[in-house]
Amino acid sequence: MRVEGKGRIRNTVSVPFSFDGRRCCGRAGDTLASALIANDIRVVGRSFKYHRPRGIMTAGSEEPNALVTILRRGGALPNQRATTQELFEGLEATSQNAWPSPGFDLLAVNDLAARLMPAGFYYKTFMWPRGAWARFYEPLIRRAAGLGRLPRIADDTPYDRAFAHCDVLVIGAGPAGLMAALAAARAGADVILAESDRRCGGRLLGEEEEIGGRAGHEWAAALEAELRGMENVRVMTRATVVGAHDGGVFAVVEKLAHHLPDQPGGVPLECFWRIVARRSVLCAGAVERSVAFAGNDRPGVMMAGAVRSYLNRFGVVAGRRVAIFANNDDAHRTARDLAAAGVEVVALVDPREEVGISGDYPVLTGARVMATQGRKGLVGFTVATASGRQRIEADCLAVSGGWNPVLHLSCHLGARPRWRDDIAAFVPAPADAPGMVPGMRVAGAAGGSFSTAACLREGAAAGMAAARALGLKAQRPEIPAAQDDAGTLSPLWLVGEGRGKAFLDLQNDVTAGDIGLAVREGFAVSEHMKRYTTLGMGPDQGRSSGVNALAVLAGIAGRSIAETGTTTFRPPFEPVSIGVMGGAGRGQGFAPRRRIPSHDFCTRQGAPLADTGLWQRPLFFPRAGEGNWRQSCDREVMMVRRAVGLCDVSSLSKFDIQGRDAARFLDFVLATRVSSLRVGRMRYGLVLRDDGHVLDDGIVARLGRGRFVMSTSTAAAAEMRRHLEFVRQCLQPQWDVHVTDVTDHWAQFALAGPGAREVLAGLLPQGARAAGLPPMGVAEVRIGAVGARLFGVSFPGGPGCEIAVPARFGPALFDELAARAEMRGGGAFGIEALNVLRLERGRITHAEIDGRVTPGDLGLGHLTGRPGDFIGKAALKRPGLRDEERGQLVGLRPAGAVKMLSAGAHLFPSDVPATPADYQGHVSSAAWSPTLGSMIALAFVRNGRARLGERLRAVDHMRGMETACVICAPYFLGAEGEMHDG
Amino acid sequence: MRIPCPFCGDRDLREFHVMGGAEWLARPAPNAGAAAWDAYLHQRANPAGRTRELWLHEAGCGAWLMVERDTVTHAVHAVVPARGAAS
Repeated sequence: MRVEGKGRIRNTVSVPFSFDGRRCCGRAGDTLASALIANDIRVVGRSFKYHRPRGIMTAGSEEPNALVTILRRGGALPNQRATTQELFEGLEATSQNAWPSPGFDLLAVNDLAARLMPAGFYYKTFMWPRGAWARFYEPLIRRAAGLGRLPRIADDTPYDRAFAHCDVLVIGAGPAGLMAALAAARAGADVILAESDRRCGGRLLGEEEEIGGRAGHEWAAALEAELRGMENVRVMTRATVVGAHDGGVFAVVEKLAHHLPDQPGGVPLECFWRIVARRSVLCAGAVERSVAFAGNDRPGVMMAGAVRSYLNRFGVVAGRRVAIFANNDDAHRTARDLAAAGVEVVALVDPREEVGISGDYPVLTGARVMATQGRKGLVGFTVATASGRQRIEADCLAVSGGWNPVLHLSCHLGARPRWRDDIAAFVPAPADAPGMVPGMRVAGAAGGSFSTAACLREGAAAGMAAARALGLKAQRPEIPAAQDDAGTLSPLWLVGEGRGKAFLDLQNDVTAGDIGLAVREGFAVSEHMKRYTTLGMGPDQGRSSGVNALAVLAGIAGRSIAETGTTTFRPPFEPVSIGVMGGAGRGQGFAPRRRIPSHDFCTRQGAPLADTGLWQRPLFFPRAGEGNWRQSCDREVMMVRRAVGLCDVSSLSKFDIQGRDAARFLDFVLATRVSSLRVGRMRYGLVLRDDGHVLDDGIVARLGRGRFVMSTSTAAAAEMRRHLEFVRQCLQPQWDVHVTDVTDHWAQFALAGPGAREVLAGLLPQGARAAGLPPMGVAEVRIGAVGARLFGVSFPGGPGCEIAVPARFGPALFDELAARAEMRGGGAFGIEALNVLRLERGRITHAEIDGRVTPGDLGLGHLTGRPGDFIGKAALKRPGLRDEERGQLVGLRPAGAVKMLSAGAHLFPSDVPATPADYQGHVSSAAWSPTLGSMIALAFVRNGRARLGERLRAVDHMRGMETACVICAPYFLGAEGEMHDG
Repeated sequence: MRIPCPFCGDRDLREFHVMGGAEWLARPAPNAGAAAWDAYLHQRANPAGRTRELWLHEAGCGAWLMVERDTVTHAVHAVVPARGAAS
């Protein structure tokens, strides 16, 4: 309900929203949680395992219970925390994990059967029969236990990612963070101040306290405005730092549109920032922890600090009769603020015998809450004192067990927190401890200093120190007066007197009893206990439960908390949506698209395009009457064999290699000798890795004494570029040679077929010379005013040549060549036909050069027997690479009733079962050859060259196919090595 | 992770391609024998602590770099051009 006169939501504009279909009204400035409290909605969901009714517990992102699904145009967003979800007009939220509704949930039967479902239940129960887990148990359990459901539709919500750099990143904008940012910014540092909330101020937003003679939240607003006015400061609100990474890189998720109705025009919902900071100041504050007692999960039981925040910031309170149960002075402020606002405080229960604070309400000292009552919400609780038990009626119980510094980010690089007995909390390790984030300072409550004055002092000091570490002159900003008493605390983790479940982790339904069971079963180490009980494994990663669980574990195991130690803190600090990690890189996103010079021609002709790496290449050029790709492909193959075909081969890599030592360099890089090549000639060659395996094959053309162009495959382009530069820079740095990737600079087209030279002849003024270009010859020619290169080879094999022009002339030349080819009964062909043509001629691609083959395997061992050193030469001598039983490249043709052959099939002898023991090799490429009227394939077969004519069985397990086939030479048309010997 | 390229300055990990240990710089002579080649091609120490690695500033200046860094702390201690670093 609303409390008149309270709250800092100045705006009283009414904001309609709905929860589980119920229409409600909140106010501008509310969170969903504060609006639900204002509407007296107590049960907001059911618990993970036992389906117990649960209510709002906290006022921050550590919320374990109030996870809801927000309905958006792009689909439902599950597991959103109602405590951080800002209200907007028309917001639609639904509860989770309840069927049919959170008020009446059929699966609450789990709670009654709880004794049958202890910790480790899943591990013990669902082990039999084998295989049933994946098929039966897991889907069933996932439906019953769990949090929100993912929508079954693709999420088209836009997300973004961005980068930023700064001198000092200040994490958290409470009193410490604001002062740190101010001190660093005034020293001249570039500062980014990141704050999860919509406003700066941290705890000040929810407290009644003064700073420098004015209300704390007003002081914060004024300082935020001052910082926003500084040129060297970027204040990022709604931005949570979720990870600290190597090299001063921080991951930050900024929420851009969660607080807005669905936006037209693709406004990103969230943005994933990578912020590179030279120094950082961690001012992430602290999170209040609970006390475990029987029934401490009943709706109405909340954190004391949260009750205060809801009252002071939002002007709402979750009950009419409020009690407080706390072991520390800080929580007494909750009683004080409630009483001052006119809310009835029915009792303050404090386990300490001596309590120095009192107010106009009953205070019970030396007392503990041992149980609660109420079915769907708290109606009362039982208190144990030295003089006996008493029952108190209340509908809201504000609990505090103290505060835990939010130290997570300080541990992301491996540092372990330290336990401090004086404040009963873990704090970050010292700055010089192993694994601490380099350059990070900690200030304020994140470091265990809980008074406002200490936060201001430490923040200013940390900001100054960060600036000074960067060589800037920093002066201490004036530090305003503030309360300087952190209060005292007497540790209390568990009240064991009551009957019923005393929860530690409300998100994963883990009780104090479960910890005891884990210890009895031998899982007494904190990391083991976590995995056995699943405590801290929910979306909140134990933020509200972790330290309490360790304290309970320590107590049961008879160790100190310091000895017990924490579990490991890993990024992200809070749940991060998968969508924002992808940012805009979804679908095509910003991925580059590489278009071949004939791209426009291809689209005009309606050719379907295939992605080959980043390149888009035409599969085939359909003509009227052709119903499927095979018809088009067969026609294109026959067109090349009978007339002439044109293919854009620009995507193949081209390297321009020049320098006095260029020939020497190529001799070293290629297994084939290049220095003996005459100017104007080309040679086929293999590039090996130093382990003797083939990296790629290609053709080297000599354009001048120290001028070469090498063309290698599309597939290995990036690897080849790295390799050539590695050899040049690292292995032979003394040589005068330069390697330039000119793949994009030249358009290159293959003309193949008996009519190839005729098509070209009419185009070149030196037509006669072109026609006379010898096989494996290269000439620099002119087409009109354009310098072109003519190569006497064509990848598809058979008669043909390739022509290259500067890329900008490519489209025009391709159109011209296509028109001339069509006049001669030919035309363009795509990569389907190219694959058939190369297979018919036995040309290898990366289906064969798969990183595991040697020149000998490919039948090209004779190319490597030359004198002089080259990459891979030494390794080729190893016996394992010379073994005759290695797979050798052969051809295959069907030889039985089944005529189909498929790439990826395994080969076995005809007469034995297909088992690994009798494995003979595999099929690397297969295609239908219209020229031969048969399937043809290339394969690697053990000692294959000595087995020509032998029959084998090709077994394709994927397609359930078996083909009897016969081994033949690895080419089907033309003569062996027509290109290799050029 | 950030790598300070001696030519381009402090750059994000995503601009680089890593090849492996700097052992790749010490290529044996062709006739060094099977043991030397086996060591060059296959034997790596994989230390917990300081390592020397080869990184290519592929989306930057294109230089192969020798990066000395710590596999435990992830601290980058030195970055020099690989050209001439073989010794």
